[in-house]
Amino acid sequence: MSITSLLAISLGAILTNNFIFSQFLGVCPFLGVSKKIDTAVGMGGAVTFVMALASAFCFFINKVLVALNLEFMQTVAFILVVASLVQFVEMFLKKAIPTLYTALGVYLPLITTNCAVLGVALLNVQNNYNFIESVVYGITGGLGFLLAIFLFAAVREQTEFSETPKAFEGFPIALITSGLIALAFMGFSGLKVW
Amino acid sequence: MNTKRQFMDGLIHQNPVLVQLLGMCSTLAITTSFFNGLGMGVAVLIILTLSNIIISLLRKIIPDEVRIACFIVVIAGFVTCVDLLLKAFVPALSESLGVFIPLIVVNCIILGRAESFASKNGLGRSALDGIFQGIGYTIVLIIMCVFREFLGAGKFGGGLLGGGGLGAAPGIAIFPEEYGLAVLTLPVGGFLTLGVLIAAMQWGLAKAKKKEAK
Repeated sequence: MSITSLLAISLGAILTNNFIFSQFLGVCPFLGVSKKIDTAVGMGGAVTFVMALASAFCFFINKVLVALNLEFMQTVAFILVVASLVQFVEMFLKKAIPTLYTALGVYLPLITTNCAVLGVALLNVQNNYNFIESVVYGITGGLGFLLAIFLFAAVREQTEFSETPKAFEGFPIALITSGLIALAFMGFSGLKVW
Repeated sequence: MNTKRQFMDGLIHQNPVLVQLLGMCSTLAITTSFFNGLGMGVAVLIILTLSNIIISLLRKIIPDEVRIACFIVVIAGFVTCVDLLLKAFVPALSESLGVFIPLIVVNCIILGRAESFASKNGLGRSALDGIFQGIGYTIVLIIMCVFREFLGAGKFGGGLLGGGGLGAAPGIAIFPEEYGLAVLTLPVGGFLTLGVLIAAMQWGLAKAKKKEAK
């Protein structure tokens, strides 16, 4: 493992293999919480934080499961880790940073069912990442999510005011918009770190 | 609420993907070949039905405060079973769906139906709801797959038809691949196709409503 390999992981997670635009992980909150830039950024930040913690914890949980020959319990164990992490973050924020807690509001518990969080834990195991690589993948994957949801919210704030055909109002136009952003992100696909 | 009404709800009026807008991730990600779509749809149908049954049986025992955690454990249990069964008996499907099989745990359709239907209704109704919603989901997946495969690569039934074994079958070529809109087979195509499908659904539902009002 070297700095270049970490850089390659980061670049992949943020741009070339963006969690939303090329892997389709975390699309539900991406579409649900992107009507305003502020809440979108708050959600992106919270997801990044939970993804980093989840990849760190799940790395150790996976070691324990492998040692006990219980790999098939991965999905169940990981989802419980994620759920309790989210609960913990919620309690911590409520006590320590109440302003951020009220800003995130209902979106915090929703992170549990964000497939990007469980996805990053599962992908870490699949890709055989070591501890540092896992955490870096978690953080940069979260940053990729943040970038995507921020860009999308910025565009969506504008499309709210424009006229769309009646059938396309609301969700369909949002999907088409994100399709076009995904098309732009495809431009990164040749990027490589040597 | 009768069974026929429930069936139409699952298929059209309350379609999980096109109307309730749940389960987007898997819908967008895996609808690249007919084989994937059918496999994913059936897997979700089975898990949804089983989890609805168990949750409706347990609905009086589970305390309200921890119900989400309990639902997730029940769902994760069934997902693990299906994951292992697929690995053992249909490895081609397990390979091509990859991480999206364990991710059925966080598919909002299943948790959503558990929360909004199975935790309030009896066993029979919940089981039927699981089957009908599952069918609604499967049909949307198949429509997406057929659409993307046909316009994108000019073929039909990839992974299933045309010989060469499960998963590796090339599908039946309808027109030469280089004439297709290759962009539809890429991630971009998922967003665009689903957007157009939902728009068509909104158009159709609005039209039906207008007709009823007359």
